[in-house]
Amino acid sequence: MTAQLATKTEARKLPVYLDFQATTPTDPRVVEAMMPYFSEMYGNPHSRSHLYGWQAEEGVEKARGQVASIIGADPKEIIFTSGATESNNLAIKGVAHFYKEHKNHIITAATEHKCVLESCRHLQQEGFDVTYLPVQKNGIIKLADLEAAITDKTVLVTIMAVNNEIGVIQPVKEIGAICRKHKVFFHTDAAQAVGKIPLDVNEMNIDLMSISGHKLYGPKGIGALYVRRKPRVRLQPLMSGGGQERGMRSGTLATPLCVGLGAACEIAQKEMAAESERLHMLRDRMYKAIMEQLPEVYLNGDLEHRIPGNLNLSFAYVEGESLIMGIKNLSVSSGSACTSASLEPSYVLRALGVTEDLAHTSLRIGLGRFTTEEDVDYAVDEIVSHVKRLREMSPLWEMAQEGIDIKSVKWAAH
Amino acid sequence: MDVYLDYNATAPMRPEVIEAVTAALALGGNPSSVHEPGRRARRVIEDAREEVAALIQAAPEDIVFTSGGTESNALALYGAGRERILASAVEHASVLGNAACDLVPVDGNGVVDLAALESMLDSRPALVSVMLANNETGVIQPVAEAAEIAHRYGALVHCDAVQAAGKIPVDVTALGADLLSLAAHKLAGPKGVGALYVAPHVELRPLFAGGGQERRRRSGTENLSGIAGFGVAAKLARDHIGDYANLARLRDALEARVLKIAPGAIVFGSAAPRLANTALISMPDVASEKQVIAFDLDGIAVSAGSACSSGKIEPSRVLRAMGYEMGVANTAVRASLGWRTSEDDVTRFIEVWGRIYAARRGESRAPAA
Repeated sequence: MTAQLATKTEARKLPVYLDFQATTPTDPRVVEAMMPYFSEMYGNPHSRSHLYGWQAEEGVEKARGQVASIIGADPKEIIFTSGATESNNLAIKGVAHFYKEHKNHIITAATEHKCVLESCRHLQQEGFDVTYLPVQKNGIIKLADLEAAITDKTVLVTIMAVNNEIGVIQPVKEIGAICRKHKVFFHTDAAQAVGKIPLDVNEMNIDLMSISGHKLYGPKGIGALYVRRKPRVRLQPLMSGGGQERGMRSGTLATPLCVGLGAACEIAQKEMAAESERLHMLRDRMYKAIMEQLPEVYLNGDLEHRIPGNLNLSFAYVEGESLIMGIKNLSVSSGSACTSASLEPSYVLRALGVTEDLAHTSLRIGLGRFTTEEDVDYAVDEIVSHVKRLREMSPLWEMAQEGIDIKSVKWAAH
Repeated sequence: MDVYLDYNATAPMRPEVIEAVTAALALGGNPSSVHEPGRRARRVIEDAREEVAALIQAAPEDIVFTSGGTESNALALYGAGRERILASAVEHASVLGNAACDLVPVDGNGVVDLAALESMLDSRPALVSVMLANNETGVIQPVAEAAEIAHRYGALVHCDAVQAAGKIPVDVTALGADLLSLAAHKLAGPKGVGALYVAPHVELRPLFAGGGQERRRRSGTENLSGIAGFGVAAKLARDHIGDYANLARLRDALEARVLKIAPGAIVFGSAAPRLANTALISMPDVASEKQVIAFDLDGIAVSAGSACSSGKIEPSRVLRAMGYEMGVANTAVRASLGWRTSEDDVTRFIEVWGRIYAARRGESRAPAA
């Protein structure tokens, strides 16, 4: 029944899905690669006493190679996890706990994903020191801030490669060089980056990297953590037991999900260059069209250092929730999916210095592999007409048009 | 290879489960997103939660989806936040490996010693972890009795029901479990998904920090396709629980035939209540490893114990805890039956078992350590 529902929605092509940073649809080629492992090759990949087990293990190991390849790693350095949240928790808590006898300081940034910030907060409660680096107005950290924050107690720097809300790319290679120079481990949450920008763990001196399946057209429920072997990074596992994944992550591996992640990485690696160009074109088309038709629209985050599939725009004088309610035919969000039910303005936008009222009017528009030019044109029309409609109803917009500076208005307290 | 008798390692998915998994893979949304694709994904998850809850007669809101049995056990042990953990000596590695546990001994059948448990409890806040059925022997533990004792001392009770669920009826309230672990792939569901039942009165410390999914008890985007499959598998497990009477008949016939061929063979735990599908049998004088290889050459998939990481076949820790000598423990092979097992499969197993046993003469005896 669910399958029928999906087909029906596809037939009418609405709503147009523009939330590729929240999750990506699983690529049919990925599903195809997974299928045999649902039916005939169902063994436990850790069973060593029969063919069913060996077949499953072979599938897992091929996938490990595909994941390693897209980031220039050795397959032995890839640990499968249940997703980027687990990978981030394992990397941050795992390293902190393992080295806690000697070092107790972690550096991160204010715009990290919630699971990184929450892991850090958790460690603070345990007595670790955490530095939260500010970002510039464009969403990028200052390398001088980072270098200044490193002390002889610093064990780990964790800075994301690409931000999930604003798509901004951090200077990963430069961060890696600084960390290596000071002999501090560098972890990067690359959930939004893998398959979208070229990454090389050796060239960029990355020691740990989190990868998510469902952000790169793979299945949900699978991710990976890259853990460098030379020089070796050690970590305390979150889950122990059967000792799978070289003792760093116990639990029966989900063969089809591993295979799906592997296939997703292989496809992304092959198609990255062309797809990046295509998305760039679509994104620029959308940005240009909106900016031409609407005044008082602000782009959040750097335009140049940004993945091609992301726009994050604030529409002044429009209430974000009303806009999202209005553009029902577009699946977009106001920020991260985890917090999409919350009405709080995005902490990422606030960290950029975006004022609270503008932060409340933001839309995150995510373009991806299945986005077409027609989708983009349709979305532009929807957004432009609804923003115009909402502004026409807004007394603030009217005042602004009359040249009244809203900030100078003294509001009656109530 | 055509006879699969390793259902306790993992069970093949039923066709309806595969259908649900593939249908969910075609859904686009993130279950936390508020737009339409997100809400459709959310609905799939909440429907599955109801089915999983029904399998153990719990309320849906007390079910937390995880990545599998190991995570459920790790989350239970860490999440309970108790200073002391008492676990039966035959628990799965994912219980014993996740915390420093005080081991509660078992008897010769592998049944936890309740008097010993009581003598070990005191006023310190504890968590008692007793599995419902053992993965190697299939022996069913007196969890309700253990829980009654544990609760008298103010302890919380965790029950690893990974092997039992779907094979025997489970009622979490009757068991008295405050926390209960499930894994989908042991009940013909997908790998990579499990659940932890958390009683409403338990304040759980999350193992994964982050977006606050699963009512802040387990962060991370939900494994949508896995959870969809788990829901269907849980429903089918309930519908088919009666099939285990038939499996018991097959398993009992298998054991009877083996004992007839080799009167010196041991069926471990046979004097205790056991899962209907599990037979852990010692073949006198033939090492587990040798048997497993011979079975494999004849196209029969069995195992020497649990399917974990090491690749080495080690004498079972469970059998050692039951008081068996190394020389006996390392001659054990497990046959575990499931929904696709036929009478022919069992006949083939017995044939091959008999052949391996007959060929043992003249060969070196199983190495004693």
